[in-house]
Amino acid sequence: MAEIIRIERVAKQFGAFTALEGAELRVAEGEFICLIGPSGCGKSTLLRILAGFEQASDGYVFVGGREVAGPGPDRGMVFQDYGLFPWLNVRQNIGFGPQARGLKKAEITEIVDRFIAMVGLADFADRFPHQLSGGMKQRVAIARVLANDARVVLMDEPFGALDAMTREKLQTELLELWARTGLTVIFVTHAIEEAILLSDRVVAMAAGPGRIVSDTAITLPRPRDVSSPEFNELRRRLNAQLHPAEMTHS
Amino acid sequence: MTAKARLRQAVLAGFVPVLLLLGWWLATRHQTYSLIPPPRDVAVEMVDLAVGGINDDAFSATLLTHLIASASRVYGAFLLATACALPLGMLIGRIRIAREMLDPMLQLLRPVPVTAWLPLSMIIFGLGPKSAFFLVALGAFFPILLNTIFGVRSVEPRLFEAAAMLGIRPAAMFTRVVLPASLPGIFTGLRLGLGLSWVVIVVGEMTGVATGLGAMIMDARQLSRTEIIIDGMVVIGAAGFLSDQLVQLLGQRLLRWSPQHG
Repeated sequence: MAEIIRIERVAKQFGAFTALEGAELRVAEGEFICLIGPSGCGKSTLLRILAGFEQASDGYVFVGGREVAGPGPDRGMVFQDYGLFPWLNVRQNIGFGPQARGLKKAEITEIVDRFIAMVGLADFADRFPHQLSGGMKQRVAIARVLANDARVVLMDEPFGALDAMTREKLQTELLELWARTGLTVIFVTHAIEEAILLSDRVVAMAAGPGRIVSDTAITLPRPRDVSSPEFNELRRRLNAQLHPAEMTHS
Repeated sequence: MTAKARLRQAVLAGFVPVLLLLGWWLATRHQTYSLIPPPRDVAVEMVDLAVGGINDDAFSATLLTHLIASASRVYGAFLLATACALPLGMLIGRIRIAREMLDPMLQLLRPVPVTAWLPLSMIIFGLGPKSAFFLVALGAFFPILLNTIFGVRSVEPRLFEAAAMLGIRPAAMFTRVVLPASLPGIFTGLRLGLGLSWVVIVVGEMTGVATGLGAMIMDARQLSRTEIIIDGMVVIGAAGFLSDQLVQLLGQRLLRWSPQHG
């Protein structure tokens, strides 16, 4: 598959603090990548650099062959706190991107209807964000970037604020959407199980300074069984990479 | 709401006012030369002020004239204040250099009570309605300005990121994000400003103005017509209340999306 993301020697300094150092990553089109690591490992920083919200202090970031110079609709971001526009209803939130890009009214309506149906919110189209549950809000946020023709979807701990049941449901839905659309997903999480459940590759990071420490391909067939021995073996391996000190004590 | 709940609400809300009215009536009953007139006299005078035909004096059937004079000053000055405060507030809220230049001065001017401006405004605008108009505009200006600045400044940074990643042009950021996001703050300012306008108008009309509710109260004071003073107070209260209800209604329509307003 064609390469869609190329990250070369990317570093980020915040004053004297090194948030990220020497990050290298290649992502093929359609891959599902999870970035995982403890807080301060630079996983969110790397994602925000990809989104164009932060500028790398050093190195290069290419998406779709073009160097990232700022935020853009080709890279949709899904935030943990949703980032929905509270004054717009579900329909208008999803239509925000297409409208910002100057599409015609009929086109916008068609796109919005399609993606509202895709995330199963047809009955809630006229509700405002404060009238929705957390899971529904995150569905709107996902539909919003898909409706905008994003090629890469960047997700910053998107299910971290949801209860366990809703999280599982959304994980399944996300995998279905991903399988159906062929999107490239970069998914930041601190939950090992979530990373193994979802991704093609788990990229583990460590703090002090933030850096990439390993890149593990997950070849288990989907849907994955979290209680299978293979799953547990992966969980053990990644755990050891993420918490090397603790492993020596036990 | 059920009929029973409605009734309960009306009874609860009316209890204390009725008690006060009763106290007033008991205290002024059987006193021939009371300085405070009994409620009945006040009510009768209200009818005479509104439609005439009872006392046939200089005050008969003048209420509407006074009310219209005051209301037009209140709304005119309020609109002027809004027209100045909204753009200025957005400028100060969004542009750093404007904030650094103007904010300290405004913070120093803000604690000066509007009434303290009265003598100065009479020197600048002369005795009369112009001075009252200026005072009302000044009184409404600060709450609108400060709440607009607050509203514009408290837009969640996340929303700018969301809009940017959805491909909005930087020039459209203001109308698509800043303006709608700061609407609740702006609205609070408008409501406070309009409420204050009704307070200030009376002070403004008390010197050298021929018409207006404040002028009516001052005339009545000089003639010791206390019942007219009380009627004037009642009308100002009612006008301010209705005016606030109107703004609230508008707010509920515009801010349906906001959990604090909708």
